Amino acid sequence: MSTPEEIIRATDVLEVRSAEAGVRLPVPRFGHGSRVPGWDRPADLEKDPAQIPDPATTAVPEDLRAEIEAHLAKYPDRRSAALPALAAAQRVYGWCSPEAIEQVACVMRVTPAYLESVATFYDMLETTPVGRHSVYVCTNISCSLCGADELFEAVHDAAGDDADFNVRSFECLGACDIAPMASVDGVYVGPLTVDDVPRLLDDVRAGRPVLPEKQLARRLVADPHANSQEWPGANQSPAEGGS
Amino acid sequence: MAASAPPILLFTDIDEPGLHTLEVYERRGGYQSLRKALQMTPEEVLAQLKASGIRGRGGAGFAMGTKVSFLPKGSMDKYLVCNADESEPGTFKDRELMQKTPHTLIEGIVIAAYAAGTNRSFIYIRGEYVLQADMLDAALHEAREAGYIGESILDSGLSLSLVVHRGAGAYICGEETGLLDSLEGKRGNPRLKPPFPALQGLYQGPTLINNVETLSTVPAIIAMGGEEYAKLGVETSTGTKLVSVSGHVQRPGNYEIELGISSREIIYGLAGGPPEGRQVKCWFPGGSSSPVLKAEDLDVPYDFNSLAQAGTMLGSGAIIVVDDSTPILDVALKVAKFYRHESCGKCTPCREGTNWTVKMLERIELGEATPMDLEIMASVQEHIIGNCLCVLGDAMAMPIGSMIAKFKDEFEEHIEAARMSRNLNVGGI
Repeated sequence: MSTPEEIIRATDVLEVRSAEAGVRLPVPRFGHGSRVPGWDRPADLEKDPAQIPDPATTAVPEDLRAEIEAHLAKYPDRRSAALPALAAAQRVYGWCSPEAIEQVACVMRVTPAYLESVATFYDMLETTPVGRHSVYVCTNISCSLCGADELFEAVHDAAGDDADFNVRSFECLGACDIAPMASVDGVYVGPLTVDDVPRLLDDVRAGRPVLPEKQLARRLVADPHANSQEWPGANQSPAEGGS
Repeated sequence: MAASAPPILLFTDIDEPGLHTLEVYERRGGYQSLRKALQMTPEEVLAQLKASGIRGRGGAGFAMGTKVSFLPKGSMDKYLVCNADESEPGTFKDRELMQKTPHTLIEGIVIAAYAAGTNRSFIYIRGEYVLQADMLDAALHEAREAGYIGESILDSGLSLSLVVHRGAGAYICGEETGLLDSLEGKRGNPRLKPPFPALQGLYQGPTLINNVETLSTVPAIIAMGGEEYAKLGVETSTGTKLVSVSGHVQRPGNYEIELGISSREIIYGLAGGPPEGRQVKCWFPGGSSSPVLKAEDLDVPYDFNSLAQAGTMLGSGAIIVVDDSTPILDVALKVAKFYRHESCGKCTPCREGTNWTVKMLERIELGEATPMDLEIMASVQEHIIGNCLCVLGDAMAMPIGSMIAKFKDEFEEHIEAARMSRNLNVGGI
């Protein structure tokens, strides 16, 4: 049985293919007949709402607790730490699982429902289990003009059933100068061709830097008037001492 | 190519190795504008910003000096929020600035905070910009160590905290009130305005929100003087502007231009125009939210008012070029699907309107539409504009409406051709 997220993602590919073939596919539906996930879970009106988890009974890994507390200290209102805290939990657990949300809620002193409402709003917070390597292929306007739809299909097909990969078509990632492009575990690479796809996936599997020569970090500004001389295209990394 | 080199304020030797570090930035005169500003009174700094005439670089184009002056006086917590959520399709200028010269932004924030009297500041950066956020974090650490951020900055009595806040992927969080809700740790739903953020913004306190490029220009304005800055560009659009050119051009990328040069010079002169043998079909002058222009509009001067007169907008300065190899339907469908995905769902006209627009465009694609559907689709767009809390719905309605108006023949031809081929297919089976 596919998860709702898988069905939705598969739909992206189907839409592209069906449009090419000029046929209309039936609207994909979940087992319960609706196009909206979650309708097979009726609200239990008898149930008490979940409370703020009890620190005495909720085990939170020490590192995660320390990171969330550091975020809490930065803001006048502790709820502001919701996004960084959920992102931290996602790095530990791979996705915002009910346990992860429970732990964040415990440290932040908010209800799990509150955090779930936040997590479901944002594209980068995963609310179902996903592969640990994210490959976001930008398929917005500028990238698609340069062949991003074919690129996404190629990445999607090449990754296939590999459970390590979380391949998604993503909205504009803000790198249209290297269109078509992808963000691989947060690293921007482009312009990509379909031929780059096998190497891209191999680099990720082997734990190597992904397509180093195509990384955005090395790219010089396009404006010919910007630089007074030729600078080497260095691979930039943040200065020492950053948090 | 332009006869003389255009003025460069933001991109000056931006690829110099190490510019992202405090050492190189200071060697090149960094933080001198801050020292100069702290010698002045906040009112004098504000007067410089007003004299510069700089208009917001994020999309709305509101005069920055005026915006700063909206903040109430008095000793309460006041906030400055830098909008680094850069999500408008086609826009990638702030990315280049934050990645390569993060200290320029930090210096600009401190000066703006001094002028506006704010004591807490935040940079809300989109979560996808991992490298850029790491660069900002590292630069912030250096700036704090050097006393440019924190208590009594450079012994002036100005105190300012700064936090780099990473978003998690939502276009709507680039809308200023959606951004504030997101920064408060909520879903990024826009708020009803008024009250405007200048009076009740972050944590219900007075809040100044500015784009990365606007704030990064502030050190240059203080260094050269507001009146000198105002001599650049044209009367209602002063200064230089970063433009991100993408799509069907030979040299996509960021360019710093003087406002008021012709659009043709940007698209053909700087970015090289469409590939050999192809023609410009249409172009978005300011991100995918701006109504499209056609090839005959290429001589429109690239500034706020000229583009407004041409029925579109400068927006975020993102030029997306579409050449004649692409059907307009594909462009419309891509744009509409994006806004459908990003609509937060709070206001009905936007939530339903974006969804129905996509459905109608798909009907055209599959040969199930009639020419009357074009009129219905155009009227859906009219019913979105101005009827929501924020302008996300408008941001779809304006470009889609302009495409229907300007490429009506092509849409009609497509409807007919798709119907014919569908009938043939059905008949063949």
